[in-house]
Order: sequence, then structure tokens, then C-alpha cells
Amino acid sequence: MTAKPFSFGRIVVYGVLLVAALFFLAPMYVMLVTSFKDAAEIRSGNLLSLPQSLNPDAWHLAWNSACTGVDCRGLQPYFWNSVFMAVPAVLISTAWGAVNGYVLSMWKFRGSEVLFGFLLFGVFMPFQVVLLPMSQVLGYLGLSSSIAGLVLVHCLAGMAGTTLFFRNYYTAVPRELVNAARIDGAGFWRIFWRIVLPMSTPIMMVTLIWQFTNIWNDFLFGVAFSGADSKPITVGLNNMANTTSSVKNYNVDMAAAIIAGLPTMLVYVLAGQYFLKGLTAGAVKG
Amino acid sequence: MASSLHIKGIRKAFGKGDKAVEVLKRIDIDVEPGEFLILVGPSGCGKSTLLNIIAGLEEPTEGELHIAGKNVIGMPPAKRDIAMVFQSYALYPTMTVADNIGFALEMRKVPKADRDKRIQEVAGMLQIQHLLDRRPAQLSGGQRQRVAMGRALARDPQLFLFDEPLSNLDAKLRVEMRAEIKRLHHLSGITTVYVTHDQIEAMTLGSRIAVMKDGILQQIDTPDEIYRRPANTYVAGFIGSPTMNFIPGQVERSGDSGKFVFEGGSLDLPCPDVQQVTLGQRPEHIHLSDDAPWRGQVVLVEPTGADTYVVVKTAVGLMTVRAPANTRIQVGDTAGMTVSGRHNNWFDQASGVRLKEMDGHHAA
Repeated sequence: MTAKPFSFGRIVVYGVLLVAALFFLAPMYVMLVTSFKDAAEIRSGNLLSLPQSLNPDAWHLAWNSACTGVDCRGLQPYFWNSVFMAVPAVLISTAWGAVNGYVLSMWKFRGSEVLFGFLLFGVFMPFQVVLLPMSQVLGYLGLSSSIAGLVLVHCLAGMAGTTLFFRNYYTAVPRELVNAARIDGAGFWRIFWRIVLPMSTPIMMVTLIWQFTNIWNDFLFGVAFSGADSKPITVGLNNMANTTSSVKNYNVDMAAAIIAGLPTMLVYVLAGQYFLKGLTAGAVKG
Repeated sequence: MASSLHIKGIRKAFGKGDKAVEVLKRIDIDVEPGEFLILVGPSGCGKSTLLNIIAGLEEPTEGELHIAGKNVIGMPPAKRDIAMVFQSYALYPTMTVADNIGFALEMRKVPKADRDKRIQEVAGMLQIQHLLDRRPAQLSGGQRQRVAMGRALARDPQLFLFDEPLSNLDAKLRVEMRAEIKRLHHLSGITTVYVTHDQIEAMTLGSRIAVMKDGILQQIDTPDEIYRRPANTYVAGFIGSPTMNFIPGQVERSGDSGKFVFEGGSLDLPCPDVQQVTLGQRPEHIHLSDDAPWRGQVVLVEPTGADTYVVVKTAVGLMTVRAPANTRIQVGDTAGMTVSGRHNNWFDQASGVRLKEMDGHHAA
């Protein structure tokens, strides 16, 4: 089929895509322009109008000195809490999933399919169910209200999903590859490091993005298991926006929201190409 | 330096109790040092399972396995000192060709300098020096095949195992690589076990052929013996292309001589002392003869260049006859057939087992 450059069908397709893009970009646009306006401009102007000048005050405020209750240190401490929580949790849960997937697809043992079935429960389980038992476990371990505790919770919660990703990816890898390596003299870990892991870049990226987005954006565990000094940025943002003062600082709230969302956006931009490749990659052709 | 391989009473069953499926039923094979043994049979006959058991990738349910005199049951594949070429080649996709070939040496802690020297040697043997820096994805099917063989050759293993290595190649490359494998075996002298379902590969490569079916070893012998004296009708039909003709009939004895009578004809041949028999005749041992009493209708004429195969429909089934290339015969013609009488394969009709007592009894 050779379509004419401006056939009716094409115009409809592009039109729909354009509308969809505008629909999803509009909130982002409003947030961005509002964050650069001052209070007077927000009150007087149009929601969609461009700011008269690029005024970074709201960003400074949001980052350094916005108040949550009586604590006026801005979002900064919460942001770093999130970084210290998300980075180890993402790395550990991804590595854990990779090893699990490797075992469940290439070193099947009696009952491994049943085990995998149980793991799948973990993917679909609503996490509200585990809140109380989990807080007890954290208490026993002495990890209550700490960043380490949050890391543990996120590793456990994410493990089922990461295992599923890697297991399904490795199922497409020919068994003969492992057999060849066994005959060549490589053991369990050597095969994993030298042969399986180097083939895993696409699914690794998918899992990293998936886990980072989930953990960074998580609110439930953050609000349930954190203490005063370990609140992640989602909780910090919520508390800041809900701190009542005489005037609502929309510009500060918007800047804060963008700061909270920026890392996930950055991860998508940097690794997004692998995300698509990983989602569409089927069999690994040698 | 070449090693022997002894397979003693190997049995393999999957599942338990009543539902157990026996894929290998007591296999005994002795492979002499330097031999090229072919395991051949239809898919599902257990030949690949047997190869995996030799490699240590699967454990037998029962039986013994000796490589170079050492019992290797329970020993992991790496310790058995074997090299294997897989059907899918199983090249490590993220490594270069050189690293693929050198991987087994690296795992055995061979120093880098020696490793590189050996990689160069092997690459020279297989004429793949120019490919050493490439990755498997950048190679053609034939090149991958060569690299897979290079990987096996890199070490000096006790045993070479091949699992249908040529089945993914096109016809022309297959013939080429077949010759290559044969050359490398002569060069290295390493004892080899080669699994295939292709009887032409079996005939051309093997110093001995083991024909398997349903987990049972049907016959093990040299290609020539298997072709000339197949142990039963299964082997007779499996080896040889076009396949052997089978004529079921009765022996009619009159004093010292006998006569083989079947539907639509009879043949004066030295006959076995069994009543219900099947006579097997290869296409090259049946001849077209205008005035022969055994007749049928030509249903297919297949010129192959050197010969022409003529398929004749008779009362006992289709008979394939190898005729000279210049034979003038057409579909629909009536053809008469005779047998040379010097290559009679007699089988018991019920069991299909060869009647060995008739070997050497030929028509004058």
C-alpha cells in the first residue's frame, strides 16, 4: 500500500495523536509555567499564559526552605532520603530478580514451577495486606522508621515482579547455551556472569526503570514505615503541600512536584530506548 | 591417545510407577579408541538422550558408562573431558569468535598466551582466522558451524560429541561440512559419537553405525554391513535411499529346492526353512525385464541424472527399481521385473528379524 502523503486516514491518525500528546503534556506545561510565576502573577493571570519573567524564587524555596509544619528545610532532605532508599532498593531487587529468574528458567528443580507460581501471587498481591505484618517484622529486625527498613520492604515487594521479568526473558534463551558452558567447564555463577548476564541488557533496563519508578513514586510504604528522618520525597511533597498557611503558594508546590518527578523522567530519557527494546525483545537469536 | 567409550546396560526412564516412560531400554555399546560412531534413528528414538547421558547433561536411571576406562556416572560434564557440538551451535552471543573458542581453555585456567596460540591453530585448521574478532550474530550459518567445531577442537578432549550438527544448514553446505567433519576426525583421531537422523550422514561419516528405535538398539555395525545385512526390516527400511523393497510371501518347498511365491509372482531362489517370510531387495538389485512374469504398472519415473528410479505398482505394493539413465519407460507402461538373486535379504514375516542362516546362500 502506498499512501498519499495527505490521505484522509493519515490526517485522522496524526490528529488523534496530536490531541493525545497535548492532553498528556498540558498538566506538565501548567506546572512548569506556574512554577516560574510569582504570587501576584498567579492571582491575576491566566492559567495557561507564559510567565512574564523566569523567576526561580519558587524553585529555591521548594528545594531549600519551604516549610512542612515547623520544619523549614524545603524538599532537600526528603529528596536525599528517596535517593538513599531508591538506589540500593532498585539495585538489590533487580539483582535478586536476575538470579531468581536464572535459577527458575535454567536450573529447574523439583517444585521450581510451583515456587514460581507462588511468586506470581506476589506480583498481584495488594500491598495493603502486608502493612501490619511487615511493620511487625521491621520491629523485630530493629529496622522500624529507618531508610534501611524501607529498602528491605521495597526489595521484598519488588522481588516477585523482577523475578517474573527475568524468568520470562531467560526462558527464551536456548538451554543448549547453558549445556555448552557446563561442558566447557563453567559453573553456576560463572555461567551467570559470563554468558547469561551479558545477554540481559534489555531486560535489565526494563527492570531498572520499572523498579525505580515504582520505588521512587511509592507513597504507601513511605507513609507507613518511615520515621521523622526517613520520609521519602513523595511523603515530603504531600506534607509540604498540605501545610496550611495564610496563602497557598502554588508556584512553590508546582516546583516541588516537578522536583519530585524529575528523577523518574530522567531515567526514562536515559534508558527509555532500552525499555522499548526490552519489551519487544522475544527470542534471543544467537 | 584416543579413548574408548563403554556403554553398559544404560536405561533411562522419566516419571515414576505406572506412568514411567522408558526412553532407553538397556543400551550396550562399546566404542573403540579413535572410532567414529553414529547414533541414528527417527526422532524420539532416544539417541539424543543417550548422547546427553554420555555428556553428563542427564543422568541415566540405571547402567554404567566408562570413558577411557573411568566410570563417569555421577561426574559433572566438565570433569568428563568431552567436547560437544550442538544442533543450534550454542555459541555465546556476547563473546567474540576467539573468546568462544578459548572459553573452555580459560575455564581450565590455561594461560592467556597458550590460549591465544591454540585459538590461532584451531582457526587455521578451520580457515576462520579472519572471523576471530566477530560476534556470532555477524556470521553466516556455515561460519557458525565452523566456530562451533572450533570450540570443540580447542581442547584435546577424550571424546567428541555431535548432536545433529548439520541439520540447520542448506543442502550444499551440509555436504561441504560433512566432508570437513570427516577430515577433522582423521586429523585429530579423537573418538567421536555423532547423532543424526539423516541416514546419508550416517553412511558417509561413520566407522560404525548404531541404529536405534523406541529406545532399543536395533543393530550396530559398519555402514557396509548394515547396508548389506540389515538385522531386521526396520533397519533395512531406514538405511538406504530410496528405501529397500519388501515382498511378503511364502516358501514352497519341493525336496531340496524351494520357491518363493507371493501375490502376483514367484521367484526361484535358495529359500529359508521358514514358511512365512519377507524378501527384501534394494532398488539396485531389481531389474526391469520386458519378458519377466512378475509384472506391474509404472506409476513414477524419477531421473536423478546418473540413474533413473522407476516405481512400479504390483500386487504386493510399490517396488522401486534402479534403472540405467537412458531407460525409455513412461508412467502407465507395464513393466516386468526380475531380481539378481545375489543380494537376498530374508526376514521372518511376523517378527521382521533377519534370517541369518540364509546369508551366503545366493543364486548362482
